[in-house]
Amino acid sequence: MEKRVTFDGKALPYLLLAPQLLVTIIFFYWPAVQAVWQSFLIQDAFGLSTEFVWFENYQTLFSRPEYFRSLVTTLIFSSVVAFLSLSLSLLLAVQADKQIKFASGYKTLLIWPYAVAPAIAGVLWLFMFQPSLGLVSQSIRALGFDWNPLLNGDHAMALVVMAATWKQISYNFLFFLAGLQSIPKSVIEASAIDGASPMRRFWTITFPLLSPTTFYLLVVNIVYVFFDTFGIIDATTGGGPSKATETLVYKVFHDGRLGGDLGGSAAQSVILMVMVIGLTAIQFRFVEKKVQY
Amino acid sequence: MNNVQLRKVGKVYAGGFEAVRQISIDIPDGAFCVLVGPSGCGKSTLLRMVAGLETITSGEVAIGDKVVNALDPSERDIAMVFQNYALYPHMSVYDNMAYGLRNRGTPKPEIETRVQEAARILEIGHLLDRKPRALSGGQRQRVAMGRAIVRKPRVFLFDEPLSNLDAKLRIQMRVEIKKLQRALGITSIYVTHDQLEAMTLADMLVVMNKGKVEQMGPPLALYEKPQTTFVAGFIGAPPMNLVEVPAGGMAGLTLAHPPQVGRFILGIRPEHFQLSSEDAGPSALVVELTLTAVEAVGSETFLYGAIGGAGREIIVRVPGKADIAIGTKLRAVADAHDLHFFHAETGDRLPD
Repeated sequence: MEKRVTFDGKALPYLLLAPQLLVTIIFFYWPAVQAVWQSFLIQDAFGLSTEFVWFENYQTLFSRPEYFRSLVTTLIFSSVVAFLSLSLSLLLAVQADKQIKFASGYKTLLIWPYAVAPAIAGVLWLFMFQPSLGLVSQSIRALGFDWNPLLNGDHAMALVVMAATWKQISYNFLFFLAGLQSIPKSVIEASAIDGASPMRRFWTITFPLLSPTTFYLLVVNIVYVFFDTFGIIDATTGGGPSKATETLVYKVFHDGRLGGDLGGSAAQSVILMVMVIGLTAIQFRFVEKKVQY
Repeated sequence: MNNVQLRKVGKVYAGGFEAVRQISIDIPDGAFCVLVGPSGCGKSTLLRMVAGLETITSGEVAIGDKVVNALDPSERDIAMVFQNYALYPHMSVYDNMAYGLRNRGTPKPEIETRVQEAARILEIGHLLDRKPRALSGGQRQRVAMGRAIVRKPRVFLFDEPLSNLDAKLRIQMRVEIKKLQRALGITSIYVTHDQLEAMTLADMLVVMNKGKVEQMGPPLALYEKPQTTFVAGFIGAPPMNLVEVPAGGMAGLTLAHPPQVGRFILGIRPEHFQLSSEDAGPSALVVELTLTAVEAVGSETFLYGAIGGAGREIIVRVPGKADIAIGTKLRAVADAHDLHFFHAETGDRLPD
């Protein structure tokens, strides 16, 4: 039997909800509404007057090839990071699931990177791969490869991809490990008796049974790469060289904060907002259906 | 020949716990062997060692005269039915059954024939397109059986397959498993903690306790001649009455020919007692009881009585109904061939 608490007055439940509602409204809805409002405005160069221009900011945005270039950069960046972090963390989780002796120590170590702030992570990777001083880049250069993320756009992209992937692996690892541990052992044993090789067992049993976790993580990772990698990009490449690593969210910051185009930057934010809403909606629909089985 | 031989098989876990100690069992081709014992007695571990899911610390497991210690489960040509069925939740019933055949590269038309055949035997033909979660417990159980029989393995292994079913379904499935095993003639090892299941299914019953075999043989031989007090107390329901008789005898309990060992344990099954009157002739065993409780189940009645009015309580079964008031003094007798004597310390059966 479910126990229901009933309130005598109407005020108490609202009062109890008030702190959470206040936080949500002040820190989420208000800025969002502000951004939408601002995306319809254009400020003059000195910030003395503002003019309501309807969708002009959006029109300008879509007429500029840089915006689409940034969109493509984001898509490449997010798909590579999502793919790498998901597959690497799955590999690690599968190994950790087998490993019994030092499992807890091993897991703790793998979780650490998640506690590192994005900007710090970016700086760490920047140091390691700095062309003239970095430990790793010295060895890469020693092998005869002209590594230079400061000048070469592809190298810069590789660097931010590595940093962002490294940071996200911990999170994915935790979820994958939990997912693996929730698969009944006897099902895996049954498939072993049924003559499936370990590889086949993984692809025909484990992987399909993990699909709800994988799908959840895929969405979370895309959202992560779209938004939370700002710190890494800012600290590592600053969107450069020549905008090779400028993702959509970095462009919002660059155009608005550095470029002073508040209206255009707000319009970009609104587009990103719509994307997240879309992703979240997809996620909820699928999570409710529990994916596949 | 698909006989299974266990030769001094032992299992010691990493922590030093000895789950299975030096067990040797020889299961003939086509026999139904049931391992029974309380939880933690090592019966499941032993089964999993035969399956290859658990490493063998010492000794040898041979299937059809070939030692399989080093073989993977898939190479042992066995099929196993798990307690929780272990069906693949994302596959249809058909795919669940076909999976093992596909892994072994069986041609498609043959998979089709075999799955349909198994589905027909188990009457699950109408369920083939369903996913396991859309099945009832009994249906899942059948699918698990189906998955085992399509492969036509050399040995069937059952790990408490009926313990998740309700009582009525359990009896029904028990009968079906027995029939199926008879019809297919496949050597089977079945693990259970339910002595009734063990008695009814087994050709060969192995009673285990604390990692060791207490006794093995045909079920009725174990019932009639238990070699230890553990087996005596485990086989039969309600269990055999075990009464420790001190060297000088016991008030209210008269034995015509007590064993000449001083202290001993007397065993007598509730169903081997008869109520008798004072003036009846002499009996091998006479017990004076004061009735303390009555359990009527319709076809029979169990009388609980204290020996000599205050001593050890024992159970006496009488057929049909019995209308006796609590506190009544009773006299129960038994024949010599229904009496069992065990050593007071070791619990081993004394020589007759």
